[in-house]
Amino acid sequence: MWVYEKKLQYPVRVSKCDPRMAKFLIEQYGGADGELAAALRYLNQRYTIPDKVIGLLNDIGTEEFAHLEMIAAMVFKLTKDASVEELEAAGLGAHYANHDNALFYENASGVPWTAAYIQAKGDPIADLYEDIAAEEKARATYQWLIDMTDDVDLQDSLKFLREREIIHSIRFREAVEIIKEDREHKKIF
Amino acid sequence: MKQNPEERAYPLFHSPFDPCPPKHYKTYVVPVNQYVVFQPAGLPQFSPAEALKHGTLWPSLYSPYTSRKFKGE
Repeated sequence: MWVYEKKLQYPVRVSKCDPRMAKFLIEQYGGADGELAAALRYLNQRYTIPDKVIGLLNDIGTEEFAHLEMIAAMVFKLTKDASVEELEAAGLGAHYANHDNALFYENASGVPWTAAYIQAKGDPIADLYEDIAAEEKARATYQWLIDMTDDVDLQDSLKFLREREIIHSIRFREAVEIIKEDREHKKIF
Repeated sequence: MKQNPEERAYPLFHSPFDPCPPKHYKTYVVPVNQYVVFQPAGLPQFSPAEALKHGTLWPSLYSPYTSRKFKGE
């Protein structure tokens, strides 16, 4: 189970009224390399991975949910006060037609999230390498999002999230090393 | 503009740190069908021409809707 703390992992401050940016940020909400995909991927894979790295997948998967609600806060702040005309002008007309200004698990092009984005191969090396790739792809997405806004406060939150991807990547690579070195030890069951 | 009787509104939280000028409330519609559990027989009817225009034979099931754009929302 989880214990919920009613605060964000890192503050989200959006200072520029730029609903257009919400359309791009949604990539990290419901995109293939977004936070939802990451959280569900790790928390599902943790059942079928060697004991020594279950805790890592558990902790990182949980943190991804904290990142998910940071992205949600950014998107909501950028869209909650927008009129229909402002949403259309921001490129969110198609989104309005389907969702009003509700959040939805979709990528920047409006494609809904699918479990086909994630894998659980049951092979620890294959799964951990997928996780490493996912972290690097999410890092790259955050870079492109930082490139697309000149709101330094929004950039600050995005830079925090980007840095977390870098840390998660090295932790997953350490997990691979832990699994590899297991062969040095003779096991008697 | 005449207020749509089916329209409800709830206040929107506004933070001093919000980036955009505040929208103070958000509207939604509760259509008349929500209050008719099982349609009773013998309700008053529109004339055939009026019924065609309204999309229903019964004035008590007619649900008007006004564009948010026209209301400046």
